[in-house]
Amino acid sequence: MTSPVEAAVDRAFREEWGQVVATLIRWTGDWDLAEECAQDAFAQALRTWRRDGVPRRPGAWLTTAARNRAVDRLRRAATGAAKLREVADVLAARDGDAADEPGVPDDRLRLIFTCCHPALALEARVALTLRTLAGLTTAEIARAFLVGEQAMAKRLARAKQKIRHAAIPYRVPPAHLLPERLPAVLAVLYLLFNEGYSATAGAGLVRHDLASEAIRLARVLVRLMPEEPEAAGLLALMLLHHARRAARLDDAGDLVVLEDQDRGRWDAGRIAEGVALLDGALRRGRPGPYQVQAAIAACHATAARPEDTDWAQIAVLYGRLARLVPSPVVELNRAVAVGMAHGPAAGLALADALRETGALAGYHLLPAARADLLRRLGRTAEAAEAYREAAGLAATDAERRYLARRLAALEQVSVRAVPDRR
Amino acid sequence: MKYVLLICGDESAAEHAEDGCGGWSETMAERGVLRGGAGLRPPGDATTLRVREGEVLLSDGPFAETKEQLGGFCLIECADLDEAIEIAAAHPAAAYGTIEIRPLTEL
Repeated sequence: MTSPVEAAVDRAFREEWGQVVATLIRWTGDWDLAEECAQDAFAQALRTWRRDGVPRRPGAWLTTAARNRAVDRLRRAATGAAKLREVADVLAARDGDAADEPGVPDDRLRLIFTCCHPALALEARVALTLRTLAGLTTAEIARAFLVGEQAMAKRLARAKQKIRHAAIPYRVPPAHLLPERLPAVLAVLYLLFNEGYSATAGAGLVRHDLASEAIRLARVLVRLMPEEPEAAGLLALMLLHHARRAARLDDAGDLVVLEDQDRGRWDAGRIAEGVALLDGALRRGRPGPYQVQAAIAACHATAARPEDTDWAQIAVLYGRLARLVPSPVVELNRAVAVGMAHGPAAGLALADALRETGALAGYHLLPAARADLLRRLGRTAEAAEAYREAAGLAATDAERRYLARRLAALEQVSVRAVPDRR
Repeated sequence: MKYVLLICGDESAAEHAEDGCGGWSETMAERGVLRGGAGLRPPGDATTLRVREGEVLLSDGPFAETKEQLGGFCLIECADLDEAIEIAAAHPAAAYGTIEIRPLTEL
């Protein structure tokens, strides 16, 4: 049984951890010290709030507690004397320092941009973002990446070391660098979301906690960079996907494809929010890949029934996406959309052309898509072979079970339709 | 922060040997971030030395036979990695070779 105080600390942890750590990093310049002091502050909250009640502004309370802890520690460490003066100076000046970098008031944003600096390896960026902004433990991050805890601890330590030794600045880059830095930040948040939305391997398919954290961080980004339509586009995209989460798995934990999902279980509030965000972003007239993907997700999410889906529009949007970020996966999705909008033969022609290139060899969704198009064309034997190929390549148990069901359904139909061939 | 920019190119970089720096050195010296540096003679003129068990071992040529060759270096001093990146990106060799940015050990 969780007490109200434990629940409050838990909630504060989810909402305030990143802010407390970010503020402490700015004051002390020491990432490890910042994390340790933040941890101490939350432990102290659990004790003190039980006695004195939950403060009106838990975030401010925690930040003050963590700061006092940092000052204590620095005071105790003889070598920290110079650092302590520095911190004291910063503290004295802190009321005025919101103005020293106009337009960038949020320490969490600095932290996102520092964690996502392009000089760090992509994996290190995601891991560091999870650790410092989301407060995930090293063990949790290691599980998400399917590596050992020690290996992840080393990776995190190396990343923090590089930040210190190479002097990666703790700041949001100046405006002229934003266009080249923001995509890295958006990519990390999207990776984080995708890892939560569809785990890349193993028995589990969905990790809502990671997806929710990515959404929360994207909200921070949108609030802090309201002029950036791709940030809003990414948040819209995540919301539109996340709105369908309750309908994506059945009671047995099996994957339910879009057309079979119970649309009554979609989160109408999130869909409305996503669509509104997207409309606002598109009005800025700077469409990018996240806005286009959000527009595709909106086409799906706003169709009352599967047959109401505007596939022609989706096919056009995939064509646009393919021009913005050419990729074989986008081409595959375009083939599927064209197959829905203009008939399976047109879709299959695109899918077969893609297969010829060999770019998606080993990716189970290519044979899965071909299987579906072949089935609709009545080419049953070829469809069955493609389903088997897809099942052999699928990475998660739920996907394998889904493909096996499709194959079984196909074989049942074919037995009924052409009994003389058996 | 001090950084060394290690300027590397493949064999085709020889074509650029006489190019100079297109005013980069002058600009960076004026800005006060350039602390030193030089171009290097080609790897063929290099001699590599090791001392193993008291014995001096010499070999002709560079330490590693790779396609990418060290062609020169610059020592710069600037605020942080972002500024170092901006300085390196302005170097003409970045357009045909690669530039490795290495922070110096702080003593």
